[in-house]
Amino acid sequence: MKKEIIISGFGGQGGLAIGKNLAEAGMAEGLNVTWAPSYGPEMRGGTANCSVVLSDKPVGSPVFAHPTELIAMNAPSLEKFEAGVQSGGIVFVNSDVVTDRVSRPDLTAYYIPCSKIAEEVGNPKVGNMVMLGAYVAATEILKPETIEVMIREMFTGAKAKLVPLNIEAFRRGMACVE
Amino acid sequence: MEKELWKGNEAIAEAAIRAGCDCFFGYPITPQSEVPEYMSAHLPKAGGVFVQSESEVAAINMVYGAAGSGKRAMTSSSSPGVSLKQEGITYLAGAEVPAVIINCMRGGPGLGTIQPSQGDYFQATRGGGNGDYRTLVLAPSNVQETVDFVQEAFDIADQYRNPVMVVCDGLIGQMMEPIEWHPVPKRKLPPKDWATSGKYGRDHTNVINSLYMAPEDCDQHNVHLDEKYAEIAKNETRWEEVDCDGAEIIITAYGTPARIALTALETLRSAGLKVGLFRPITLWPFPEKALHDLAGNPHVKAFLDVEMSSSGQMLDDVRLSVEGQKPISYLGHAGGVMPTVEEMVQSAKKALKEVK
Repeated sequence: MKKEIIISGFGGQGGLAIGKNLAEAGMAEGLNVTWAPSYGPEMRGGTANCSVVLSDKPVGSPVFAHPTELIAMNAPSLEKFEAGVQSGGIVFVNSDVVTDRVSRPDLTAYYIPCSKIAEEVGNPKVGNMVMLGAYVAATEILKPETIEVMIREMFTGAKAKLVPLNIEAFRRGMACVE
Repeated sequence: MEKELWKGNEAIAEAAIRAGCDCFFGYPITPQSEVPEYMSAHLPKAGGVFVQSESEVAAINMVYGAAGSGKRAMTSSSSPGVSLKQEGITYLAGAEVPAVIINCMRGGPGLGTIQPSQGDYFQATRGGGNGDYRTLVLAPSNVQETVDFVQEAFDIADQYRNPVMVVCDGLIGQMMEPIEWHPVPKRKLPPKDWATSGKYGRDHTNVINSLYMAPEDCDQHNVHLDEKYAEIAKNETRWEEVDCDGAEIIITAYGTPARIALTALETLRSAGLKVGLFRPITLWPFPEKALHDLAGNPHVKAFLDVEMSSSGQMLDDVRLSVEGQKPISYLGHAGGVMPTVEEMVQSAKKALKEVK
């Protein structure tokens, strides 16, 4: 099993954090993982992306041209990376921001209204957790419990009140693809 | 042992603290700024000294001073910043002062780009400063190795009284990967009785200097240094061979390209090619004999050198080692562009086709 995932969006949409969460959860489940961010001037107001590998074997290249899954948080990301996705791969589109549809018939597309759900849950910042939920539900390579444990460990002390909100966002994301 | 997810640059800094780094002097530059950032927050808490210097030149000279007094000192930078440190590095080598220097390489020449590159191979292995000197150069290809090598670098530097460089690139510095903080073997080290740390009843004054008034004395000093470098070459040369037994084509690569090559190897193997990877771990001393011997095997038909460099720098050492026994082709990109798995696969197939 090897997943090569590109997560891409505007700086501030939490795309890099989705990647870190996937890597953390993968590591917790005993997988080999890498997380490699794009870095550079494009991060200011532009699109930032990261490449994540989850594998049951040691990870060779942490960067790749043909992801198994693409998470597109904004329109430029879908435009840039759709062509490279492996045939039979999955594209997750943040449909509140991206109006375009996935054009390739050989890909499975999920349209997740991340911002709308995040607002319904009560905090626009948790849109990325909605997307994380969609990814986990659609690919079934990570246990939802692992993510929920991680969320509880992530927000402690004064931030502990954010745990239910994030878990709710994560579960609503899962429900989008079930 | 429990695995922890660490970013390369932060792991470099933490590794140095665990290795007993007393002093860090540095100046921010992408893509290694997390090293000084982490040091500024954590080294003082561990009882060490952090100084953000006014320039890279100042930082390396602070290293010279602190290390000269017997403290464990380190500096880190990225390519253009490491260029500025070259004068200090040759002084360290000349005066035989141990220190650890990190180069998280980015595209060049000049200010180049901030993306990963390996264009500083010549600078690191040939001596970017003046004079006949060598720095031992360790080239990790993942975050775990980076952490292990940084810790070991302090011991190697102290053992030989010589600057040690750890060279990685922007990708290793920026990426996150699970690591274990396993114990790194500690060496038996000589006392630093040469350090300028106070006389304390000693009958002579220690002086740290790289200047000789008489040419004969400087010649003798060079002879002594050469003997030391020969000793380092004998004891410290490291490399890794992956699937080289029976391989017809050997990819030579270090650092990030070597890791990308591991994926290319899988693809090539499943296409029925007999392919291996020869990965130098010390860039100086270069694993010359091992590569020479590998090239002498009848099953080896050709080499493909892959680097993040425009026309190849390590390629010179590969050629010097292979000594014309087998053809060598080259694949590389500069300026922050990384060679892809697909390119490696195509280049390896092409190189093999040419000799069959």
